[in-house]
Amino acid sequence: MKILVTVKRVPDPETVIKITPDGTSIVTDNVKWVMNPFDEIAIEEALRVREKAAGTEVVLLSIGQKAAQEQLRTGLAMGADRAILVLADQPLEPLAVARVIEKLVGTEKPELILLGKQAIDDDSNCVGQMLAELLGWPQATFASKVELGADQKSARVTREVDGGLETLAIPLPAVVTADLRLNEPRYASLPGIMKARKKELKEIPLADLGADVTPRTKIVKLETPPKRTGGRKVASVQELVQVLHNEAKVI
Amino acid sequence: MGNVLVVAEHLHGKFPKTTLVGLQAGKQAATLVGGKCLAAVLGKGIDGLAAELAEYGVDVVAVEGAAYEHYLADAYTAAVAEIVGRKDVEMVVGAATAVGKDLLPRVAARLGAGMASDVTAIVDAHTFKRPMYAGNAIATVRIDGSPRIVSVRTTAFDAAVKGGQKGTVEKLAITPDAAHAQARFVEFAETKSDRPVLTEARIVCSGGRGLKNGENFTIYLEPLCDALGAAMGASRAAVDAGFVPNDLQVGQTGKVVAPALYIAVGISGAIQHLAGMKDSKVIVAINKDEEAPIFQIADYGLVADLFKAVPELTEEVKKLKGA
Ligand SMILES: Cc1cc2nc3c(=O)[nH]c(=O)nc-3n(C[C@H](O)[C@H](O)[C@H](O)COP(=O)(O)OP(=O)(O)OC[C@H]3O[C@@H](n4cnc5c(N)ncnc54)[C@H](O)[C@@H]3O)c2cc1C
Ligand SMILES: Nc1ncnc2c1ncn2[C@@H]1O[C@H](COP(=O)(O)O)[C@@H](O)[C@H]1O
Repeated sequence: MKILVTVKRVPDPETVIKITPDGTSIVTDNVKWVMNPFDEIAIEEALRVREKAAGTEVVLLSIGQKAAQEQLRTGLAMGADRAILVLADQPLEPLAVARVIEKLVGTEKPELILLGKQAIDDDSNCVGQMLAELLGWPQATFASKVELGADQKSARVTREVDGGLETLAIPLPAVVTADLRLNEPRYASLPGIMKARKKELKEIPLADLGADVTPRTKIVKLETPPKRTGGRKVASVQELVQVLHNEAKVI
Repeated sequence: MGNVLVVAEHLHGKFPKTTLVGLQAGKQAATLVGGKCLAAVLGKGIDGLAAELAEYGVDVVAVEGAAYEHYLADAYTAAVAEIVGRKDVEMVVGAATAVGKDLLPRVAARLGAGMASDVTAIVDAHTFKRPMYAGNAIATVRIDGSPRIVSVRTTAFDAAVKGGQKGTVEKLAITPDAAHAQARFVEFAETKSDRPVLTEARIVCSGGRGLKNGENFTIYLEPLCDALGAAMGASRAAVDAGFVPNDLQVGQTGKVVAPALYIAVGISGAIQHLAGMKDSKVIVAINKDEEAPIFQIADYGLVADLFKAVPELTEEVKKLKGA
């Protein structure tokens, strides 16, 4: 079976994000770039499936600038088999990303597509759901457990939803998006890193795919949110209760 | 001028507060768009719900059927898209709950529509504000064309209240074709709790890694929650370690809350946690490390060992309430 996993290059979650004075983008100097943390979890899940089901191929896909090679190499070093980078100069909105992935699904024909539930830069939480609809496939988002059927034609997915855990049964092919508790991604080993250098990383110019990436949305401006400033320290529990009761009037 | 359609999520025969927040955002959007605010309710045995929804002064579209007994993205998407077509809908609005996040992007793809998720303000009929980068940036987003799809952050709008001219209820029969009923509901393991729901509570007490294990949540944090009538929340570290269920996670990738009072216990205050609670009215932090970043945003900080401070606080609250 073939599993396609998507990988987005994003600023490290520890980075302090600053906005350019003209409000059009974030300041990229001194930003460390990493693989979207949810995508690492998605790759890990694909690798675990491959460990159980011999003959499984894990293919990575990123859409973005040439520099995203770095994140794809990281995924290859974790153990993925090969990678595809669709070169796009401008960031694309989720629907456009989904349309690009749809095109590659047409040629790659995976049985399972694993994505992160959310990219931690745009925080959209959209691409997986959009892709599933474009393909007419079932979706199981926010997955915390994926159990593949013995025949590899179906899956049972446990999802993190409001108020508890939901389990869905879905036929394959399907789209699954990874939540935090799905697994603990492995680190790339040194031999893994060596091997990754020789693995295939194919680059495709966006224009070659003929996907409709016309934007429907436009970020007009970016602003720094009003900063919340701290108040004061209280000396004791008694003082805390006093101020909450008499000053803040919340208890 | 088109209409605004709100997708009204329900659970156990009731509309949670988050649905009423989505409804209020939809009404606001309808004023800006210049059309009517409609609300869709899907499910099995939903006559009562549909009638109740109409009391909020919106025209209701009720889609009844076994296919909608449990929320499923594929079948619901087909039905919502059908309503959009039949009812001259220009904008679809829903709360950014687990269901809203799962459903609305799929609807957007089906309609080829522009979408903005987790919207915190509706500026005009085409312009919205939404946080990005864990709340480090607020983006103003313009969506062109029609329809437009919007999920709204549940802390950013008030809840709709009943009143005004009662709306109509129209039943639409929509049968999803086989291609749109592939996923099957197996079970819902609900976290049972007598405490208020996290996203509805006036007071939230959250625990972090500092509590050290799940048992300490029971021994230390739960009595404080109960004394205050508060909901319980947690940091990702506490959930990942298995101290408490996943649906208690507050933050960038968990729930967003903005109660009147938020008490963070043994939580360091990582940016991803702050993204889910920094709009709370009053923030209290209890942490033994006076350098913990949470103190930079807390209105009242108490530098103390939580295992000593929390039982004391619980006692003081009880005394106050008893008085
Ligand atoms: C992609 C991604 C998404 C994330 N999403 C979220 C999210 O949605 N929500 C979230 O919360 N985090 C999220 N995180 C994780 C976040 O970065 C932090 O790691 C996490 O919030 C830390 O949790 P914590 O404060 O409980 O633990 P720690 O940072 O370990 O802090 C524990 C605190 O407890 C204090 N303490 C210890 N013992 C005591 C004691 N006896 N008395 C008093 N104080 C004590 C310590 O001084 C310390 O400040 C995310 C991270 C990533 C990478
Ligand atoms: N440019 C991209 N390239 C590859 N994958 C992406 C890209 N953008 C989003 N994704 C995938 O879609 C998921 C959800 O992203 P989003 O909907 O933008 O929050 C991410 O975790 C990625 O797996």
